[in-house]
Amino acid sequence: MIRVKGIKKAFGKEHVLRGIDVELYPGKCNLIIGLSGSGKTVFLKSILGLHSVDSGTVEYDGRILGDLNKNETKKLRQEMGMVFQGSALFNSLSIEENVGLPLNFFSKMNLEEKADRIKFCLNRVRIPDDAFVKMPSELSGGMQKRVAIARAIVLNPKYLFCDEPNSGLDPETAIVIDKLIHDITHEFGMTTILNTHDMNSVLEIGDHVVLLQEGKKTWEGKKEDVLTTDEKAVVDYVFRSNLFKQMRSALVK
Amino acid sequence: MIYRFFEGLGAYFLFLADVFRRPEHWREYYRSFLREVDLLGFSSIALVCFISLFMGAVVLIQTAMNLDNPFLADSYIAIAVREAIVLEFAPTIVSLILAGKVGSNIASTLGTMRVTEQMDALRVMGINPASYLVLPKIAACLLFNPILVIFGMLLGLVGGYLAGDLLNLVNTEVYLSGYFMEFFPHYVSYSLIKTFVFAFIIATVSAFFGYKVEGGAVEVGKASTKSVVAMSFTIILFNYILTDIIL
Repeated sequence: MIRVKGIKKAFGKEHVLRGIDVELYPGKCNLIIGLSGSGKTVFLKSILGLHSVDSGTVEYDGRILGDLNKNETKKLRQEMGMVFQGSALFNSLSIEENVGLPLNFFSKMNLEEKADRIKFCLNRVRIPDDAFVKMPSELSGGMQKRVAIARAIVLNPKYLFCDEPNSGLDPETAIVIDKLIHDITHEFGMTTILNTHDMNSVLEIGDHVVLLQEGKKTWEGKKEDVLTTDEKAVVDYVFRSNLFKQMRSALVK
Repeated sequence: MIYRFFEGLGAYFLFLADVFRRPEHWREYYRSFLREVDLLGFSSIALVCFISLFMGAVVLIQTAMNLDNPFLADSYIAIAVREAIVLEFAPTIVSLILAGKVGSNIASTLGTMRVTEQMDALRVMGINPASYLVLPKIAACLLFNPILVIFGMLLGLVGGYLAGDLLNLVNTEVYLSGYFMEFFPHYVSYSLIKTFVFAFIIATVSAFFGYKVEGGAVEVGKASTKSVVAMSFTIILFNYILTDIIL
Protein backbone atom coordinates (compact mmCIF):
# COMPACT_ATOMS: atom_id res chain seq x y z
CA MET A 1 0.00 0.00 0.00
CA ILE A 2 1.13 3.55 -0.72
CA ARG A 3 0.18 5.99 2.02
CA VAL A 4 0.45 9.70 1.20
CA LYS A 5 0.30 12.07 4.16
CA GLY A 6 -0.17 15.81 3.78
CA ILE A 7 2.09 16.40 0.83
CA LYS A 8 2.54 19.97 -0.32
CA LYS A 9 4.44 21.24 -3.31
CA ALA A 10 4.93 24.74 -4.66
CA PHE A 11 6.85 26.05 -7.65
CA GLY A 12 7.87 29.53 -6.60
CA LYS A 13 4.71 31.29 -5.48
CA GLU A 14 2.42 28.82 -7.19
CA HIS A 15 1.10 26.20 -4.75
CA VAL A 16 0.33 23.13 -6.84
CA LEU A 17 -0.30 20.56 -4.09
CA ARG A 18 -1.97 21.90 -0.96
CA GLY A 19 -1.78 19.03 1.50
CA ILE A 20 -3.04 15.73 0.11
CA ASP A 21 -3.76 12.66 2.25
CA VAL A 22 -4.63 9.49 0.43
CA GLU A 23 -4.15 5.72 0.57
CA LEU A 24 -3.55 3.79 -2.64
CA TYR A 25 -4.46 0.12 -2.49
CA PRO A 26 -2.53 -2.93 -3.73
CA GLY A 27 -3.99 -5.08 -6.48
CA LYS A 28 -6.25 -2.24 -7.56
CA CYS A 29 -6.33 0.46 -10.24
CA ASN A 30 -6.20 3.68 -8.21
CA LEU A 31 -7.30 6.50 -10.49
CA ILE A 32 -6.39 10.11 -9.88
CA ILE A 33 -8.85 12.27 -11.78
CA GLY A 34 -9.19 16.00 -12.16
CA LEU A 35 -9.15 18.81 -14.67
CA SER A 36 -5.98 19.85 -16.47
CA GLY A 37 -3.90 21.91 -14.05
CA SER A 38 -5.43 20.31 -10.96
CA GLY A 39 -2.03 18.92 -9.93
CA LYS A 40 -2.36 15.27 -11.05
CA THR A 41 1.01 14.99 -12.77
CA VAL A 42 2.85 16.86 -10.00
CA PHE A 43 1.14 14.60 -7.46
CA LEU A 44 2.23 11.49 -9.35
CA LYS A 45 5.79 12.75 -9.78
CA SER A 46 5.92 13.75 -6.12
CA ILE A 47 4.97 10.30 -4.88
CA LEU A 48 7.50 8.84 -7.30
CA GLY A 49 10.19 11.09 -5.86
CA LEU A 50 10.80 12.90 -9.16
CA HIS A 51 9.74 16.13 -7.43
CA SER A 52 10.91 16.74 -3.89
CA VAL A 53 7.92 17.67 -1.72
CA ASP A 54 7.90 20.75 0.52
CA SER A 55 6.20 18.88 3.34
CA GLY A 56 4.43 15.59 4.00
CA THR A 57 5.48 11.97 3.53
CA VAL A 58 5.05 9.16 1.03
CA GLU A 59 5.14 5.67 2.49
CA TYR A 60 5.63 2.52 0.41
CA ASP A 61 4.56 -0.48 2.51
CA GLY A 62 6.03 1.12 5.63
CA ARG A 63 9.10 2.62 3.89
CA ILE A 64 9.11 6.40 3.94
CA LEU A 65 10.54 7.64 0.65
CA GLY A 66 12.54 10.57 1.99
CA ASP A 67 14.08 8.58 4.86
CA LEU A 68 15.62 5.81 2.75
CA ASN A 69 19.35 5.67 2.11
CA LYS A 70 20.80 5.47 -1.40
CA ASN A 71 20.72 1.68 -1.66
CA GLU A 72 17.23 1.39 -0.20
CA THR A 73 15.98 4.05 -2.63
CA LYS A 74 17.59 2.17 -5.49
CA LYS A 75 15.91 -1.04 -4.39
CA LEU A 76 12.55 0.73 -4.11
CA ARG A 77 12.99 2.20 -7.59
CA GLN A 78 13.32 -1.32 -8.97
CA GLU A 79 9.89 -2.05 -7.53
CA MET A 80 8.40 0.82 -9.55
CA GLY A 81 7.35 0.99 -13.17
CA MET A 82 6.13 4.09 -14.94
CA VAL A 83 4.21 4.72 -18.15
CA PHE A 84 4.67 8.35 -19.18
CA GLN A 85 2.14 10.50 -20.99
CA GLY A 86 4.27 10.60 -24.14
CA SER A 87 5.58 7.03 -23.68
CA ALA A 88 9.16 8.33 -23.12
CA LEU A 89 10.74 5.51 -25.09
CA PHE A 90 14.45 5.98 -25.81
CA ASN A 91 14.69 7.08 -29.43
CA SER A 92 18.16 5.65 -30.00
CA LEU A 93 17.21 2.15 -28.82
CA SER A 94 15.09 -0.46 -30.59
CA ILE A 95 11.88 -1.75 -29.01
CA GLU A 96 13.54 -4.79 -27.44
CA GLU A 97 16.49 -2.69 -26.23
CA ASN A 98 14.05 -0.26 -24.62
CA VAL A 99 12.31 -3.06 -22.75
CA GLY A 100 15.59 -4.79 -21.94
CA LEU A 101 17.33 -1.72 -20.51
CA PRO A 102 16.09 -2.15 -16.90
CA LEU A 103 17.02 -5.84 -17.10
CA ASN A 104 20.55 -5.00 -18.28
CA PHE A 105 21.00 -2.67 -15.33
CA PHE A 106 19.30 -4.49 -12.51
CA SER A 107 18.79 -8.18 -13.20
CA LYS A 108 21.23 -11.04 -12.96
CA MET A 109 19.61 -12.94 -15.82
CA ASN A 110 21.74 -14.40 -18.58
CA LEU A 111 21.17 -13.37 -22.20
CA GLU A 112 18.70 -16.16 -22.91
CA GLU A 113 16.62 -15.44 -19.82
CA LYS A 114 16.60 -11.74 -20.66
CA ALA A 115 15.45 -12.44 -24.22
CA ASP A 116 12.66 -14.67 -22.86
CA ARG A 117 11.54 -12.05 -20.39
CA ILE A 118 11.54 -9.30 -23.04
CA LYS A 119 9.54 -11.52 -25.40
CA PHE A 120 7.08 -12.43 -22.64
CA CYS A 121 6.45 -8.77 -21.71
CA LEU A 122 6.15 -7.57 -25.30
CA ASN A 123 3.86 -10.44 -26.25
CA ARG A 124 1.80 -9.77 -23.12
CA VAL A 125 1.04 -6.27 -24.40
CA ARG A 126 0.40 -7.77 -27.85
CA ILE A 127 3.46 -6.48 -29.69
CA PRO A 128 4.24 -8.90 -32.54
CA ASP A 129 7.71 -10.49 -32.71
CA ASP A 130 8.58 -8.79 -35.99
CA ALA A 131 8.27 -5.37 -34.33
CA PHE A 132 10.93 -6.10 -31.70
CA VAL A 133 13.77 -4.73 -33.81
CA LYS A 134 11.91 -1.60 -34.89
CA MET A 135 12.74 1.84 -33.55
CA PRO A 136 10.11 3.73 -31.49
CA SER A 137 9.56 6.26 -34.29
CA GLU A 138 8.40 3.42 -36.55
CA LEU A 139 5.48 2.53 -34.25
CA SER A 140 2.03 4.05 -33.90
CA GLY A 141 1.10 5.98 -30.73
CA GLY A 142 -0.88 3.04 -29.38
CA MET A 143 1.97 0.60 -29.95
CA GLN A 144 4.42 2.99 -28.30
CA LYS A 145 2.17 3.08 -25.24
CA ARG A 146 2.07 -0.71 -25.15
CA VAL A 147 5.86 -0.90 -25.41
CA ALA A 148 6.06 1.63 -22.55
CA ILE A 149 3.82 -0.66 -20.47
CA ALA A 150 6.02 -3.65 -21.34
CA ARG A 151 9.10 -1.69 -20.22
CA ALA A 152 7.35 -0.65 -17.01
CA ILE A 153 6.49 -4.24 -16.06
CA VAL A 154 9.68 -5.95 -17.19
CA LEU A 155 11.19 -5.97 -13.67
CA ASN A 156 7.91 -7.27 -12.27
CA PRO A 157 7.23 -4.12 -10.22
CA LYS A 158 5.03 -3.87 -7.15
CA TYR A 159 3.92 -0.35 -8.06
CA LEU A 160 2.86 0.80 -11.52
CA PHE A 161 2.42 4.50 -12.27
CA CYS A 162 0.67 5.73 -15.41
CA ASP A 163 0.43 9.39 -16.36
CA GLU A 164 -2.53 9.81 -18.70
CA PRO A 165 -1.66 6.65 -20.62
CA ASN A 166 -4.42 7.05 -23.20
CA SER A 167 -4.02 10.74 -23.99
CA GLY A 168 -3.70 11.37 -27.72
CA LEU A 169 -5.12 7.97 -28.63
CA ASP A 170 -8.33 7.20 -30.49
CA PRO A 171 -11.19 5.94 -28.25
CA GLU A 172 -10.82 2.31 -29.34
CA THR A 173 -7.07 2.19 -28.69
CA ALA A 174 -7.58 4.07 -25.42
CA ILE A 175 -9.94 1.35 -24.21
CA VAL A 176 -7.43 -1.33 -25.25
CA ILE A 177 -4.70 0.40 -23.23
CA ASP A 178 -7.00 0.86 -20.21
CA LYS A 179 -8.02 -2.77 -20.29
CA LEU A 180 -4.42 -3.87 -20.61
CA ILE A 181 -3.40 -1.87 -17.55
CA HIS A 182 -6.38 -3.20 -15.62
CA ASP A 183 -5.63 -6.83 -16.54
CA ILE A 184 -1.93 -6.51 -15.76
CA THR A 185 -2.71 -4.93 -12.39
CA HIS A 186 -4.90 -7.84 -11.35
CA GLU A 187 -2.70 -10.48 -12.97
CA PHE A 188 0.47 -9.39 -11.18
CA GLY A 189 -1.18 -7.94 -8.05
CA MET A 190 0.41 -4.52 -8.53
CA THR A 191 -0.57 -1.24 -6.92
CA THR A 192 -1.45 0.83 -9.96
CA ILE A 193 -1.82 4.58 -9.80
CA LEU A 194 -3.19 6.12 -12.95
CA ASN A 195 -3.75 9.77 -13.78
CA THR A 196 -6.56 10.56 -16.16
CA HIS A 197 -9.29 12.98 -17.03
CA ASP A 198 -10.99 10.48 -19.28
CA MET A 199 -14.35 9.39 -17.86
CA ASN A 200 -14.25 6.22 -19.98
CA SER A 201 -11.16 5.12 -18.05
CA VAL A 202 -12.85 5.89 -14.75
CA LEU A 203 -15.87 3.80 -15.57
CA GLU A 204 -13.90 0.98 -17.23
CA ILE A 205 -11.06 0.37 -14.80
CA GLY A 206 -11.33 2.62 -11.74
CA ASP A 207 -11.30 0.37 -8.66
CA HIS A 208 -10.55 3.34 -6.43
CA VAL A 209 -11.04 6.90 -7.64
CA VAL A 210 -9.53 10.07 -6.15
CA LEU A 211 -10.62 13.50 -7.36
CA LEU A 212 -8.12 16.36 -7.22
CA GLN A 213 -9.14 19.98 -7.57
CA GLU A 214 -6.71 22.87 -7.33
CA GLY A 215 -4.14 20.73 -5.55
CA LYS A 216 -6.52 19.26 -2.99
CA LYS A 217 -8.28 15.94 -2.68
CA THR A 218 -11.97 16.74 -2.84
CA TRP A 219 -13.45 13.24 -3.07
CA GLU A 220 -12.57 9.56 -3.16
CA GLY A 221 -14.61 6.43 -3.67
CA LYS A 222 -15.46 3.59 -6.04
CA LYS A 223 -16.23 4.02 -9.72
CA GLU A 224 -19.87 3.05 -9.11
CA ASP A 225 -20.19 5.97 -6.69
CA VAL A 226 -18.91 8.47 -9.22
CA LEU A 227 -22.21 8.46 -11.09
CA THR A 228 -24.51 8.48 -8.09
CA THR A 229 -22.80 10.60 -5.43
CA ASP A 230 -24.25 13.98 -4.50
CA GLU A 231 -20.80 15.34 -3.67
CA LYS A 232 -20.67 18.72 -5.39
CA ALA A 233 -17.03 18.40 -6.45
CA VAL A 234 -17.74 15.17 -8.35
CA VAL A 235 -21.00 16.41 -9.82
CA ASP A 236 -19.25 19.58 -11.04
CA TYR A 237 -16.41 17.56 -12.55
CA VAL A 238 -18.29 14.68 -14.12
CA PHE A 239 -21.61 16.12 -15.16
CA ARG A 240 -20.57 19.10 -17.18
CA SER A 241 -22.33 18.03 -20.35
CA ASN A 242 -26.12 17.79 -20.72
CA LEU A 243 -25.81 14.17 -21.85
CA PHE A 244 -24.08 13.16 -18.62
CA LYS A 245 -26.63 15.18 -16.61
CA GLN A 246 -29.48 13.23 -18.25
CA MET A 247 -27.64 9.93 -17.60
CA ARG A 248 -27.24 10.87 -13.97
CA SER A 249 -30.92 11.73 -13.56
CA ALA A 250 -31.84 8.37 -15.05
CA LEU A 251 -29.38 6.54 -12.78
CA VAL A 252 -30.49 8.33 -9.60
CA LYS A 253 -34.15 7.60 -10.40
CA MET B 1 24.47 39.59 -14.96
CA ILE B 2 27.61 38.71 -12.98
CA TYR B 3 25.41 36.97 -10.40
CA ARG B 4 23.75 34.93 -13.16
CA PHE B 5 27.14 34.00 -14.62
CA PHE B 6 28.40 32.63 -11.30
CA GLU B 7 25.06 30.94 -10.64
CA GLY B 8 25.38 29.21 -14.02
CA LEU B 9 29.01 28.28 -13.33
CA GLY B 10 28.02 26.75 -9.99
CA ALA B 11 25.22 24.78 -11.64
CA TYR B 12 27.72 23.56 -14.26
CA PHE B 13 30.08 22.19 -11.59
CA LEU B 14 27.20 20.56 -9.69
CA PHE B 15 26.15 18.99 -12.97
CA LEU B 16 29.70 17.66 -13.47
CA ALA B 17 29.63 16.17 -9.95
CA ASP B 18 26.46 14.31 -10.99
CA VAL B 19 28.03 13.17 -14.25
CA PHE B 20 31.18 11.77 -12.63
CA ARG B 21 29.36 9.52 -10.17
CA ARG B 22 30.21 5.85 -10.20
CA PRO B 23 28.33 4.15 -13.08
CA GLU B 24 25.61 1.69 -12.07
CA HIS B 25 26.59 -0.82 -14.73
CA TRP B 26 29.89 -0.58 -16.62
CA ARG B 27 28.84 -2.80 -19.54
CA GLU B 28 25.81 -0.64 -20.32
CA TYR B 29 28.00 2.46 -20.23
CA TYR B 30 30.47 0.78 -22.58
CA ARG B 31 27.65 -0.04 -25.04
CA SER B 32 26.47 3.53 -24.87
CA PHE B 33 30.07 4.73 -25.40
CA LEU B 34 30.33 2.68 -28.62
CA ARG B 35 27.08 4.20 -29.87
CA GLU B 36 28.40 7.69 -29.12
CA VAL B 37 31.71 7.04 -30.87
CA ASP B 38 29.73 6.13 -33.97
CA LEU B 39 27.33 9.06 -33.64
CA LEU B 40 29.74 11.80 -32.59
CA GLY B 41 33.05 10.53 -33.99
CA PHE B 42 32.75 8.49 -37.17
CA SER B 43 29.99 10.68 -38.58
CA SER B 44 32.30 13.72 -38.36
CA ILE B 45 35.23 12.25 -40.30
CA ALA B 46 34.01 13.30 -43.76
CA LEU B 47 33.28 16.87 -42.65
CA VAL B 48 36.66 17.28 -40.91
CA CYS B 49 38.53 15.80 -43.90
CA PHE B 50 36.78 18.08 -46.39
CA ILE B 51 37.31 21.23 -44.36
CA SER B 52 40.93 20.42 -43.52
CA LEU B 53 41.85 19.69 -47.10
CA PHE B 54 40.57 23.05 -48.32
CA MET B 55 41.83 24.89 -45.24
CA GLY B 56 45.34 23.64 -46.01
CA ALA B 57 44.98 24.73 -49.63
CA VAL B 58 43.84 28.24 -48.64
CA VAL B 59 46.66 28.63 -46.10
CA LEU B 60 49.18 27.62 -48.77
CA ILE B 61 47.79 30.11 -51.33
CA GLN B 62 47.76 32.98 -48.84
CA THR B 63 51.24 32.17 -47.51
CA ALA B 64 52.73 31.73 -51.00
CA MET B 65 51.25 35.06 -52.11
CA ASN B 66 52.74 36.84 -49.14
CA LEU B 67 56.17 35.15 -49.28
CA ASP B 68 56.93 35.62 -52.98
CA ASN B 69 60.47 36.83 -52.41
CA PRO B 70 62.76 34.92 -54.88
CA PHE B 71 65.46 34.70 -52.18
CA LEU B 72 63.08 32.78 -49.91
CA ALA B 73 63.01 29.03 -50.58
CA ASP B 74 59.64 27.29 -50.94
CA SER B 75 60.56 25.14 -47.95
CA TYR B 76 59.92 28.20 -45.75
CA ILE B 77 56.40 28.45 -47.14
CA ALA B 78 55.95 24.78 -46.16
CA ILE B 79 57.18 25.50 -42.63
CA ALA B 80 54.75 28.43 -42.30
CA VAL B 81 51.85 26.33 -43.61
CA ARG B 82 52.78 23.41 -41.34
CA GLU B 83 52.99 25.56 -38.21
CA ALA B 84 49.74 27.36 -39.00
CA ILE B 85 47.90 24.08 -39.49
CA VAL B 86 49.47 22.10 -36.63
CA LEU B 87 49.43 24.88 -34.05
CA GLU B 88 46.16 26.59 -34.74
CA PHE B 89 44.00 25.59 -37.65
CA ALA B 90 43.68 21.87 -36.93
CA PRO B 91 43.06 21.98 -33.16
CA THR B 92 41.13 25.24 -32.85
CA ILE B 93 39.20 25.52 -36.10
CA VAL B 94 38.33 21.81 -36.16
CA SER B 95 37.21 22.04 -32.52
CA LEU B 96 35.05 25.08 -33.32
CA ILE B 97 33.49 23.15 -36.20
CA LEU B 98 32.92 20.16 -33.91
CA ALA B 99 31.39 22.49 -31.33
CA GLY B 100 28.82 23.40 -33.97
CA LYS B 101 28.20 19.89 -35.23
CA VAL B 102 28.74 17.61 -32.22
CA GLY B 103 27.90 20.17 -29.51
CA SER B 104 24.56 21.18 -30.99
CA ASN B 105 23.76 17.50 -31.50
CA ILE B 106 24.46 16.74 -27.83
CA ALA B 107 22.49 19.75 -26.57
CA SER B 108 19.46 19.07 -28.74
CA THR B 109 19.49 15.31 -28.05
CA LEU B 110 19.60 15.79 -24.29
CA GLY B 111 17.13 18.67 -24.42
CA THR B 112 14.67 16.53 -26.35
CA MET B 113 15.16 13.69 -23.88
CA ARG B 114 14.42 16.12 -21.07
CA VAL B 115 11.21 17.56 -22.53
CA THR B 116 9.91 14.14 -23.62
CA GLU B 117 10.43 12.79 -20.08
CA GLN B 118 13.02 10.19 -21.15
CA MET B 119 15.29 11.42 -18.36
CA ASP B 120 12.48 11.03 -15.85
CA ALA B 121 12.02 7.49 -17.16
CA LEU B 122 15.67 6.76 -16.35
CA ARG B 123 15.34 8.26 -12.89
CA VAL B 124 12.27 6.15 -12.14
CA MET B 125 14.29 3.09 -13.14
CA GLY B 126 16.99 4.11 -10.64
CA ILE B 127 19.52 5.11 -13.31
CA ASN B 128 21.42 8.40 -12.93
CA PRO B 129 20.55 10.15 -16.23
CA ALA B 130 23.40 12.69 -15.98
CA SER B 131 26.00 9.98 -15.70
CA TYR B 132 24.46 7.42 -18.08
CA LEU B 133 23.71 9.92 -20.84
CA VAL B 134 26.67 12.28 -20.56
CA LEU B 135 29.69 10.26 -19.43
CA PRO B 136 29.81 8.12 -22.62
CA LYS B 137 29.56 11.31 -24.70
CA ILE B 138 32.50 12.86 -22.84
CA ALA B 139 34.54 9.68 -23.26
CA ALA B 140 33.68 9.50 -26.97
CA CYS B 141 34.68 13.14 -27.53
CA LEU B 142 37.92 12.76 -25.54
CA LEU B 143 38.84 9.68 -27.56
CA PHE B 144 37.72 10.74 -31.00
CA ASN B 145 38.30 14.50 -31.22
CA PRO B 146 42.12 14.10 -31.06
CA ILE B 147 41.85 11.48 -33.82
CA LEU B 148 39.82 13.91 -35.91
CA VAL B 149 42.35 16.68 -35.26
CA ILE B 150 45.21 14.41 -36.34
CA PHE B 151 43.25 13.68 -39.52
CA GLY B 152 42.78 17.43 -39.86
CA MET B 153 46.52 18.08 -39.53
CA LEU B 154 47.48 15.44 -42.09
CA LEU B 155 44.82 16.44 -44.60
CA GLY B 156 45.60 20.13 -44.11
CA LEU B 157 49.20 19.42 -45.06
CA VAL B 158 48.06 17.30 -48.00
CA GLY B 159 45.70 20.11 -49.08
CA GLY B 160 48.56 22.61 -48.97
CA TYR B 161 50.77 20.35 -51.04
CA LEU B 162 48.06 19.64 -53.62
CA ALA B 163 47.16 23.33 -54.00
CA GLY B 164 50.83 24.23 -54.44
CA ASP B 165 51.20 21.56 -57.09
CA LEU B 166 47.94 22.16 -58.97
CA LEU B 167 48.28 25.95 -59.02
CA ASN B 168 52.00 25.78 -59.66
CA LEU B 169 52.71 28.11 -56.75
CA VAL B 170 55.71 26.20 -55.34
CA ASN B 171 58.40 23.76 -56.32
CA THR B 172 56.79 20.64 -54.90
CA GLU B 173 60.00 18.78 -54.07
CA VAL B 174 61.45 21.71 -52.13
CA TYR B 175 58.05 22.41 -50.58
CA LEU B 176 57.65 18.81 -49.41
CA SER B 177 61.12 18.79 -47.84
CA GLY B 178 60.06 21.90 -45.91
CA TYR B 179 57.38 19.93 -44.08
CA PHE B 180 60.13 17.94 -42.36
CA MET B 181 62.48 20.84 -41.59
CA GLU B 182 62.83 22.22 -38.04
CA PHE B 183 59.96 20.10 -36.84
CA PHE B 184 59.22 20.29 -33.10
CA PRO B 185 57.17 17.29 -31.86
CA HIS B 186 56.27 19.45 -28.85
CA TYR B 187 53.97 21.46 -31.15
CA VAL B 188 51.91 18.34 -31.84
CA SER B 189 51.60 17.52 -28.16
CA TYR B 190 50.61 21.16 -27.46
CA SER B 191 48.01 20.82 -30.15
CA LEU B 192 46.65 17.56 -28.77
CA ILE B 193 46.51 18.90 -25.20
CA LYS B 194 44.43 21.79 -26.52
CA THR B 195 42.20 19.33 -28.38
CA PHE B 196 41.61 17.29 -25.20
CA VAL B 197 40.57 20.40 -23.31
CA PHE B 198 38.36 21.57 -26.17
CA ALA B 199 36.78 18.10 -26.42
CA PHE B 200 35.93 18.22 -22.72
CA ILE B 201 34.45 21.71 -23.14
CA ILE B 202 32.40 20.65 -26.18
CA ALA B 203 30.96 17.55 -24.47
CA THR B 204 30.26 19.05 -21.05
CA VAL B 205 29.07 22.55 -21.95
CA SER B 206 26.68 21.30 -24.63
CA ALA B 207 25.44 18.52 -22.32
CA PHE B 208 24.88 21.06 -19.53
CA PHE B 209 22.73 23.29 -21.74
CA GLY B 210 20.76 20.30 -23.07
CA TYR B 211 20.34 18.71 -19.65
CA LYS B 212 18.92 21.85 -18.07
CA VAL B 213 16.27 22.55 -20.71
CA GLU B 214 12.82 23.32 -19.38
CA GLY B 215 9.81 23.73 -21.61
CA GLY B 216 9.32 22.41 -25.11
CA ALA B 217 10.72 22.30 -28.63
CA VAL B 218 11.41 26.04 -28.77
CA GLU B 219 13.53 25.89 -25.61
CA VAL B 220 15.47 22.92 -27.03
CA GLY B 221 16.38 25.01 -30.08
CA LYS B 222 17.35 27.96 -27.91
CA ALA B 223 19.49 25.76 -25.66
CA SER B 224 21.27 24.34 -28.68
CA THR B 225 22.09 27.82 -30.00
CA LYS B 226 23.17 29.06 -26.57
CA SER B 227 25.42 26.05 -26.12
CA VAL B 228 27.25 26.71 -29.41
CA VAL B 229 27.81 30.35 -28.43
CA ALA B 230 29.04 29.38 -24.94
CA MET B 231 31.33 26.65 -26.33
CA SER B 232 32.83 29.01 -28.91
CA PHE B 233 33.58 31.65 -26.26
CA THR B 234 35.05 29.07 -23.89
CA ILE B 235 37.20 27.44 -26.59
CA ILE B 236 38.63 30.79 -27.71
CA LEU B 237 39.31 31.77 -24.09
CA PHE B 238 41.03 28.49 -23.25
CA ASN B 239 42.95 28.62 -26.52
CA TYR B 240 44.60 31.80 -25.27
CA ILE B 241 45.16 30.48 -21.73
CA LEU B 242 46.65 27.15 -22.87
CA THR B 243 48.86 28.79 -25.48
CA ASP B 244 50.20 31.15 -22.83
CA ILE B 245 50.87 28.26 -20.42
CA ILE B 246 52.23 25.57 -22.75
CA LEU B 247 54.13 27.41 -25.49
